[in-house]
Amino acid sequence: MEMLRGGAQPKQTYIKRTRTGRINIKAGNKVELVTKWTIAMLAVLTIMAFFFFDYTGLQLERAITETAYNLKTMFLEPTLSHFSWGEAFHQIGITVGLGVLATVIGAIIALFLAFLAAENLSKPWISKSVRVVVAFIRAVPTVLWVLIFAIAAGLGSEAAVLGMLFHSIAYLVKAFSESFEEVDRGILEAMRATGSNWWHMVTHGVLPSTFTYLLSWTFLRFEINFGVAVAMGAAAGAGGIGFELFMASGFYFDLREVGFITYAILIIAIILEIVSTQLKNRYFPAAAKN
Amino acid sequence: MNEKAMRKSRWITTVSLIIIIGITYLSAVITEFNFIDSVATLPKALSWIFANLWITQETWERLPAILGKLNETIFMSIAATTLAAIISLFLGLMGSKTTKVNNVFSVLARLIASFSRNIPVVAWSLILLISFGQNSLTGFLALFVGTLGFLTRAFIESIDEASQSAVEALQATGATYAHIVNKAVIPQSLPQMLSWILFMIETNIRSATLVGILTGTGIGYTFDLYYKSLNYNAVALVTFTIVIAVIIIELISNRIRKVIL
Amino acid sequence: MSLLQVEGLGKSYNLETKVLKDVNFTVETGEFVSVIGPSGAGKSTLLRCINRMVEINEGKVIFNNLDVGSLKKKDLRKLRTDIGMVFQHYNLVPRLTVIENVLHGRFGYKTTLQGVLGRFSEEEKEQAFFLLQKLGIEEHAYKRCDQLSGGQQQRVGICRALIQDPKLILCDEPIASLDPNSSKVIMDHLKSITNDLGITCLVNLHQVEVAQDYSDRIIGLRKGEIVFDGKSALLREEQINHIYGTERRELITV
Repeated sequence: MEMLRGGAQPKQTYIKRTRTGRINIKAGNKVELVTKWTIAMLAVLTIMAFFFFDYTGLQLERAITETAYNLKTMFLEPTLSHFSWGEAFHQIGITVGLGVLATVIGAIIALFLAFLAAENLSKPWISKSVRVVVAFIRAVPTVLWVLIFAIAAGLGSEAAVLGMLFHSIAYLVKAFSESFEEVDRGILEAMRATGSNWWHMVTHGVLPSTFTYLLSWTFLRFEINFGVAVAMGAAAGAGGIGFELFMASGFYFDLREVGFITYAILIIAIILEIVSTQLKNRYFPAAAKN
Repeated sequence: MNEKAMRKSRWITTVSLIIIIGITYLSAVITEFNFIDSVATLPKALSWIFANLWITQETWERLPAILGKLNETIFMSIAATTLAAIISLFLGLMGSKTTKVNNVFSVLARLIASFSRNIPVVAWSLILLISFGQNSLTGFLALFVGTLGFLTRAFIESIDEASQSAVEALQATGATYAHIVNKAVIPQSLPQMLSWILFMIETNIRSATLVGILTGTGIGYTFDLYYKSLNYNAVALVTFTIVIAVIIIELISNRIRKVIL
Repeated sequence: MSLLQVEGLGKSYNLETKVLKDVNFTVETGEFVSVIGPSGAGKSTLLRCINRMVEINEGKVIFNNLDVGSLKKKDLRKLRTDIGMVFQHYNLVPRLTVIENVLHGRFGYKTTLQGVLGRFSEEEKEQAFFLLQKLGIEEHAYKRCDQLSGGQQQRVGICRALIQDPKLILCDEPIASLDPNSSKVIMDHLKSITNDLGITCLVNLHQVEVAQDYSDRIIGLRKGEIVFDGKSALLREEQINHIYGTERRELITV
């Protein structure tokens, strides 16, 4: 031990000390400070939240035991009572169908907007303004879009799909344009040098090298849109399995049927998740975000 | 790319396009969706939106009440996200390859995460509404459960990619599990985790609107009331406040992200 | 009594292949020993059996008169404080400062609570600075590790091992990811650790020439078996060929 220790003090010392004279071991930079403050703020806001909450009609103890009992009934004794298996499949089909339509139409529109949003294919001011519009669209919750369209177009699949389109487009424009921006600068430069115009560059340079990414992103959005379609069925009367879920729990109070529907949704969601995880591992090893 | 691979990739492209078109057509049939109708309604709908969704002078009087409800929704999202994050941290540590205690807990953690994530937040809201009734706690719990699943998956990924090698080194020095988690794993993956938490707060404010409509709480309930009473000016105002709130929160989290990542 | 005795050590990760087969050798205090062999020969596994980062299947490892294989959790922790380890990829926590990473080497001496609270004595911190100065990177003490070059990071790794106050340092391919200049700096430091501080070093190396230059003794490993064990000077061309088999030729051309 003695051998490892210094006898004389080093000539120039890099040691930083705190005011009390103890040696500092933290870097004390901005990153640490911001991290600490963020965590502290979140903690404070969370504690404050429970004072702002409205607890009308809440009997916590009864609610917890009842929910536990309800969950048990739901998940252990699922049955169908208000509709048949065939009808169940049909309703699931409607929900999946809404998801597909919103995703596919969204992807086509997003493709064109993404060309405008990608910095390497577009002019800066166009790219900027597309991004601002997209940010605005994303800020409005999907359910509000659907409900607003329902007033104008009437309740039904058209309003649901149109409403769901907005977020799909916003999400995919961001994903697609980022994929485009990752296209090797050299490819575009080489094509420009041979005298190709913009359309040549897009159809022969950009699209072929990003096609699989675009498909994967579209599928990832489909996974999200399935969940959204369930929600729109329940909250905006868009039909499908979500609406049945709403009816079973809100009107018939039939927990066993709620259980059955939940299982049905769970199974589809897990299948979609497995497929999209595989896609992610294959095409985006560094786990894509958002 | 040689010619053979090129032909194969073109073939795959064609087939996948045909499959997508087929599925889309089937979807349109089953949902009774009409492309032409919906294209036709779009201009009508947009002109309606521009004609009716204006904020008028008298709706401004409702602003304090709306802001009160928005406030409730924002706090609900933050509280649900933060508390879910704490539980997710434990589940994430259990579930991650580098820090798992044993395989049983690891599988259990992943199972809980998958279960709570894949049952839609709508289902949780409806189930909780039955016993908890129409109050903030219902919305809070519904968001909490969904967030728990999402964050656990995200945290497992963050921990996995962050710190495998440092964990080995600290084990070799004779450090305990608690030392390794607290002094290597968490410091290394914290920024990534915080970024996910911020992302989830943004998402939850939007989901809270949906949950609010279903459970009669927060800004969603306010929206629903005005919507059903055909007070479209107030609907516009509510939408506008939500947009402002979401954008402000997004800007703040982007600033924080820029520093810590 | 030797510092380290390995007797009949065998290890397999699955039923088909044995990574180590009946390995026997001893290391005396103050020796600088290199383990050479082609990749997949079991060098890393051998090193990790000594501080039981992997479980021992057959035979015995006796370190400092303790039977490593039979130690309970608490005693294993104590054993590991006596054995420092240096890694190919440095294995630091990239976001933490250099000084924090060095102090991580003291965790073996701390209770859980002391470690979690980050309670390090002033003496420990001063020692950390002294070691950094000795390895010539004191000026980077408050930088984040991911801002350092590979060679500098490896020196942080060595400081972390030294602050453990170890009797033995295990180095797993310490220069495999470094350029020739940094490699020389690292090997010189390791050598002086043995010469000046009397700490025993057991180093896995890929490069035969480096092993011959620096070590007192070389152990040649091939397919999990020791095929050479002797003074560096005694290692001749035919033995090298035997250790590396046909691979040797490829290695020279690379």
